Amino acid sequence: MARHVVAAVDELPPGTRKFLEIDGRPIAVFNIKGEYFGLMNRCPHQGAALCEGPLIGLAQSKEPGEIEYTKLGEVIRCPWHGWEFDIRTGQSYCDPRRFRVKAYSAHVEPGASVVKGPYVAETVTVKLESDYVVVEL
Amino acid sequence: MNIQFRENTEAASPLTTKTAIADCDIHPARATRTELYPYLAKRWQHHLEVYGVHAYQGMMEGPPYPKAQPNASRRDAYPPEGGPQGSSLSFMQKQLLDPNNVQLGVLNPLNTGQGIRNHELSAALCSAINDWQIDKWTSRDKRLKASIVVGNEDGLSAAAEIRERAGDKNFVQVLLLSRNVEPLGQRRYWPIYQAAEEAGLPVGVHAFGFGGNPITPSGWPSYYLEEMVGHSQCQQSALASLVLEGVFERFPKLKMVMIEAGFGWAPSLAWRLDKAWQRLRSEVPHVKRPPSEYIREQVWWTTQPMEDPERREDLFDVINWIGWDRLLFATDYPHWDYDEPSRVLPAGVSEANREAFYLGNAKKLYGIAA
Repeated sequence: MARHVVAAVDELPPGTRKFLEIDGRPIAVFNIKGEYFGLMNRCPHQGAALCEGPLIGLAQSKEPGEIEYTKLGEVIRCPWHGWEFDIRTGQSYCDPRRFRVKAYSAHVEPGASVVKGPYVAETVTVKLESDYVVVEL
Repeated sequence: MNIQFRENTEAASPLTTKTAIADCDIHPARATRTELYPYLAKRWQHHLEVYGVHAYQGMMEGPPYPKAQPNASRRDAYPPEGGPQGSSLSFMQKQLLDPNNVQLGVLNPLNTGQGIRNHELSAALCSAINDWQIDKWTSRDKRLKASIVVGNEDGLSAAAEIRERAGDKNFVQVLLLSRNVEPLGQRRYWPIYQAAEEAGLPVGVHAFGFGGNPITPSGWPSYYLEEMVGHSQCQQSALASLVLEGVFERFPKLKMVMIEAGFGWAPSLAWRLDKAWQRLRSEVPHVKRPPSEYIREQVWWTTQPMEDPERREDLFDVINWIGWDRLLFATDYPHWDYDEPSRVLPAGVSEANREAFYLGNAKKLYGIAA
């Protein structure tokens, strides 16, 4: 599994996302409150650029009249047909058995270890003293 | 919420490999509120500024937007130069027409001048919309063809608008909506059908409308999801009315297009109508043949939104009843329930049916040369 350097930490502050192509695959990387997530940027339904949708929460209901809204900012909603996916796992909420989107592990590595490898720098110039967001693909 | 959109680069895929298609339901939008003013007499500009629009329906655009996505549209369809989704020709070319190899795109503007109580204002706005469609769209891209929007509640002025536009190659159909003041078969609408038949133009009936009646036959619903499925119920009522009032009998060359209301219900409606007609025929002696015959001869159907049954064969049973020669592919761009051309039809459809579905039927119906 190759590890790809996708951004310096400063370039991807909390609440932002970055779109890029890695090995021909469209990928989106998110920073949600300091946690990083990677997702394939293609909806398994009809192929929309999935991650251009809004990040919402998960509305669930045990019975009519009771609504629980959780996972705030952890569910991506497709910009076309509104299908919802958990950005932590890629599972869909409309049909978790049949539809999921590929999720990629993303985390921060210090510049020293990024330079040492085994990393491929995608879009960033690596400096030893910085921290970098790394996606495993 | 912080959403960063990518640069719009994805439209650059190679075109020549994609089969040419027709898109029979595209919704162009106005970039600004006053974009129609150049096509409106000063008298009506003044009227709009002073009195506004008085509709049959309290909320002119139906229940408030955003309707599932902003402006009921794809979130990735905002033009880079600003304005609402569907308001930029260059972006429509880049996002829809070019990458999908659309050879014929039929424009169906919504929120026009239909369903307005002041019939003179309604006629003026519809005529302005038609001029605007030529100026902003069809004259600038020959792939695009417009629908003649008419002040639907006043059959006579609507017919006059159709006659004025008849023969103009910018237009390929007359546009009505499914929710009107009365069911569409009733006499007040007949001048529209007569003029369309004379002009050789199909009449498209798009789901939705501002007739003031509730969105479902059992009242105003709680949810947008109910509204979505209510469109097909409304369209069924409209079609039953057209058959039973004798519109198809009276105008045998009239062609109707059912737009954006599904088609899976067509066989069951026709079967129910036939069965009831056999028993109650004497109530409607002007309906001389089983209702299904009129429907199969005079009605076409746009595909979006395609019903999506668990077993695809079930859908093919429906299409086989309707006829592969009766379906017109549509995306509904830029609306959020857009159908992606390459994803709607599974493998296993014959080459001839596939070609008819995506392009041939539309070119034939709308009189576009091969």
